[in-house]
Amino acid sequence: MQYLWRTPGSRTTPEEASPISPSPLVIRDLTVAYHRKPVLWNVDYVAPPGGLIAVVGPNGAGKSTLIKACLGLVPKVSGSVEAFGRPIDKQRRLIGYVPQRESVDWDFPVSALDVVAMGRYGKIGWFRPVSRAHKEAALHALERVGMADFAKRQIGQLSGGQQQRVFLARALAQEAQLYFMDEPFAGVDAATERAVLHVLRDLDAAGRTVICVHHDLQTVADYFDHVLLMNTRVVAHGTVSRTLTPELLARTYGGQPVPFTEAAR
Amino acid sequence: MTLTVQEFLQIDVPALLAAVLVCAACALVGNFLVLRRQGLMGDAVSHAVLPGIVAGFLVAGTRETLPMMLGALAAAALAGVLIEAIRRLGRLESGAAMGVVFTVMFAAGVVMIERAAASGVDLDADCVLYGQLETILWLAPTGWASLLDPAAWAAMPREVVTLGAVFALCLALVVLFYKELKITTFDPALASTLGIPAGLFHYGVVLLVATTAIAAFEAVGSILVIAMLIAPPASARLLTDRMAVQLVLSVALGVLAAVVGYGAAAFGPLWLGAEHSLNAAGMIAVAAGLILALAVLFGPTHGILGKRRAVGRLRTLVTTDAVAADGRRP
Repeated sequence: MQYLWRTPGSRTTPEEASPISPSPLVIRDLTVAYHRKPVLWNVDYVAPPGGLIAVVGPNGAGKSTLIKACLGLVPKVSGSVEAFGRPIDKQRRLIGYVPQRESVDWDFPVSALDVVAMGRYGKIGWFRPVSRAHKEAALHALERVGMADFAKRQIGQLSGGQQQRVFLARALAQEAQLYFMDEPFAGVDAATERAVLHVLRDLDAAGRTVICVHHDLQTVADYFDHVLLMNTRVVAHGTVSRTLTPELLARTYGGQPVPFTEAAR
Repeated sequence: MTLTVQEFLQIDVPALLAAVLVCAACALVGNFLVLRRQGLMGDAVSHAVLPGIVAGFLVAGTRETLPMMLGALAAAALAGVLIEAIRRLGRLESGAAMGVVFTVMFAAGVVMIERAAASGVDLDADCVLYGQLETILWLAPTGWASLLDPAAWAAMPREVVTLGAVFALCLALVVLFYKELKITTFDPALASTLGIPAGLFHYGVVLLVATTAIAAFEAVGSILVIAMLIAPPASARLLTDRMAVQLVLSVALGVLAAVVGYGAAAFGPLWLGAEHSLNAAGMIAVAAGLILALAVLFGPTHGILGKRRAVGRLRTLVTTDAVAADGRRP
């Protein structure tokens, strides 16, 4: 039995949503407010099929909120979000999520493998335990981020970068088509940065779409193909070479200092 | 004064059984409070249900479990609404809102008991606050042979049967929804994106804690139940880094606390030559506290001594390395 909360009777198989379907993500007129203060205002965005997309903007621009609103984790004031041509809450099995590392309690008594196996729960469904096949899939995902040796380790005994890689492996174990990642490069060591980048390129090569909140303007052009510049509203979006211009960045960051020294290309 | 088999079976066995079931059920659901870092929730729920229990008793006029249970659930729901309202309207953090609501509701319950007692209703504040393990009697057995008699088991006191049912319910729910409880406790956001209703599980845990606290209240009283909810899971957490092991271990430690505590209360003073036994629920809470203290001291990886040993080993390693390095120098 699959988890079909909020959408009983509307089963979606991966075949139904083949890559031929429309854009992986269509956001229409999305507005989100916390305590009457708008955090996202009339956001419209159509993601190109496949590719690595960076969401860039100053602190408080609503980047994380955009991801959370897409995933249905914060209430929308208005607007709709579609994935592969259908409302996103009917496409859960096609969606992967890497939250910010600080969002969970790393003192929790579970191993790295347990956490990665959670990425398989959507495929396992109610009442059934995690089978050997699902554990092997989780272990394989850990291998892909270079963490197989730490599978049995309690998650609190891992370094920050290793914890980030566990989160990434969990998303890989979801075997999704569209990934949302909230600052996967934030505060990680060089080995983790390489591992995250490697995984992003693998996903890109496999035709997946990755939407990634990214804070470091220096590396946007190196790591991503597309960029969405935002500050509560969408300022601009498109390919990195055409969108990451000094003028558009200045508009995105308003009066705030743009957090890098030279304009990209 | 010597102990006869019949007295043991009639007085101690039912009380001990009730204590064991209370501690096992509380320990099991308490794990999710400890893991969600919502220990205060257990305190709030167990106190806030008091006016509901008293109201249920006054309306029904009997000590039947059902009306008290319904009153308590109504009170728990009211507490939930009040906490949320105060948190939003008063702009307080949830801990402060809980603190206000549960103390006021508990106070209302105590006032209701005193008023009821004054008008001659058979409701004793001591029983409600500290439990009445000692008054749970199983009159059927006459000797060891009675343990093989189904009729004797059928005459098991109502409190024990209720507690058995509540423990079975907790166990069944935790086993059935183990995976979902684990993910909604660790990462509710991911759970939601997978289609698992994390909010429903949150309220489910609170409701299960409320049910357990209400069932436990008759046996150990509404104050001491918090010790049973928190101490065994907190001890178990210090002894293992695996969630499944923690759940099993917490139940085992809860049972241990019940047996040791009850034994100390019922028989300890007799061995010491005193006439009266001690309050069993109180001694069980003390035993649970002692177990936690031992876990804090001697836990293999998280205990104070364990940590100190690890630092010691590291220090030895560093000094021997330094000595070796010194030796290599010309």
